[in-house]
Amino acid sequence: MSALDQMYQQVILDHAKFPHGRGLPEGDEGATAVAVAPHPGCGISHQVNPTCGDEITLRVDVSRAGGVAVVDDVRWEGQGCSISQASASVLHDLVIGQDLATVDRLSATFHELMSSRGAGLDDEAAEDLLGDAVAFTGSSKFPARIKCALLGWAALSDALILSGAREE
Amino acid sequence: MSVTTDGLTSAELAAVRADFPLLARTLRDGRPLVYLDSGATAQKPEVVIDAEQDFYVQRNAAVHRGAHQLAEEATEAFEDARGKVARFVGVDADELVWAKNATEGINLVAYAMGNASAGRGGAAARRFALGPGDEIVVTEAEHHANLVPWQELAFRTGATLRWLGLDDEGRIRLDELDTVVTERTRVLAFTHASNVTGAVTPVEPLVARAHEVGALVVLDACQSVPHLPVDLHALGVDFAAFSGHKMYGPTGVGALYGRRELLEALPPFLTGGSMVEIVTMTETTFLPPPQRFEAGTQMVAQAVALGVAADYLAELGMANVAAHEHHVAGRLLEAVASVPGVRLIGPHDARDRLATVSFVVDGVHAHDVGAVLDDKGVAVRVGHHCAQPVHRRFGIAATSRASAASTRRTTRSRPSGKP
Repeated sequence: MSALDQMYQQVILDHAKFPHGRGLPEGDEGATAVAVAPHPGCGISHQVNPTCGDEITLRVDVSRAGGVAVVDDVRWEGQGCSISQASASVLHDLVIGQDLATVDRLSATFHELMSSRGAGLDDEAAEDLLGDAVAFTGSSKFPARIKCALLGWAALSDALILSGAREE
Repeated sequence: MSVTTDGLTSAELAAVRADFPLLARTLRDGRPLVYLDSGATAQKPEVVIDAEQDFYVQRNAAVHRGAHQLAEEATEAFEDARGKVARFVGVDADELVWAKNATEGINLVAYAMGNASAGRGGAAARRFALGPGDEIVVTEAEHHANLVPWQELAFRTGATLRWLGLDDEGRIRLDELDTVVTERTRVLAFTHASNVTGAVTPVEPLVARAHEVGALVVLDACQSVPHLPVDLHALGVDFAAFSGHKMYGPTGVGALYGRRELLEALPPFLTGGSMVEIVTMTETTFLPPPQRFEAGTQMVAQAVALGVAADYLAELGMANVAAHEHHVAGRLLEAVASVPGVRLIGPHDARDRLATVSFVVDGVHAHDVGAVLDDKGVAVRVGHHCAQPVHRRFGIAATSRASAASTRRTTRSRPSGKP
């Protein structure tokens, strides 16, 4: 498989074409990092990749049950290359329903994958955890595309802080 | 395959490419390189690479100081290069200031005007002072390098920034000239050729209008100097900046032209060593231009090599270069127009434009287009090309840009028989 085919795996093209979680609730469009979230436990972050103009606005809703904060929903809107769009779509599928400790583990593992220069993670359990996101191994070979894949994750990290869910 | 798309035979193309050592390398999977990113930076002919190395091997020394033979030879090479580059753009050597690149050259003018606005430079510099009520005019076509420094100067001085818009083909709206450039205008800064649309600006009417209202003209000549015959005296602009690395020279060196009487009146931007006459603990007098604007140790080896790059282009003949690239532009435009779903951003015909062709592909982001082309060994630029307002004007975030340049011996080629 060529380097190009490794980057544009079918699963990535599918997510880019039919992205999951795309579309913000009415009123959140055009929100920026300083937008006031509609309720506690909700955070909205706007992130830009200045090198290529890719943009994403991501909203996360977190609830707390029995002392554990859990991601209830992720919605996002954005424009950008297929890598950035597909990555946000995969992120949506991975984190909904997960507690914040799991979300952090997913994020750290995905960052590790994207730093692997195409080698992937020598850890089957970690790759199982990432599910469809393992398909981005091919993108990690292209230094210019790593930021594309991480854009949604940067927005999620920021939105979680803004949601207040990280505070006890 | 005996004839390639730009009208050269395979043998001729091989000869052309032989002047540029980098073009001999291959990419992933052994693919040959098709370099269409000269708008970002040009590849270097061997003579330029050799000149830089030769300076270090033979003549390296501090210039304009020292009484030893090496210092003399280094100074001579450095000043010879200034003369070559000045001649190449039709100006006198003492009107040409070395700068890191066009960005620094434009910032030099903007910051020096800011210093004049703060009262530096005395009565002579008052002509550069800006304040509330004064206007700086740019265009929507500008590279960030010829926009942001003027935004900042406006913020520092209280002047107002205005701009000329673009028409649907990306050409500057000359019909707005008389209403936007008025007696309040103190500076008119515009690009000679857009690095996105490739459109070449008709300089004459803009200079005429600016001078009619007493405004200074600052020309961003970054994209024109490597591709068109440029005679800055004939154009009548007051300042012009360009980068060495886009005209086959090294990185780290570029130039600012300033009309002699203006440079003489302009206070310095960067200050320090090499640009002073008498320094006491309280004040300093400055050298005449161009040294007044060249604080600190200069990029000597790079300047010397840029002189060789100017000679290289002069030997090709800029009229020949422009004619060849006009032909290439036509072929690129034809190719882009022939692909369904591909939209050109910029003028549709090759008249008054560079072989810089930006396009969008329906439903495919520029980054993805760039990745697919890269896989074929074709290097294009993707993104906003440091010109976000141009993209916003066309309602897009990013384009893919193919930008060609001439290489040695292309002028000896004949165009293919294609209409």
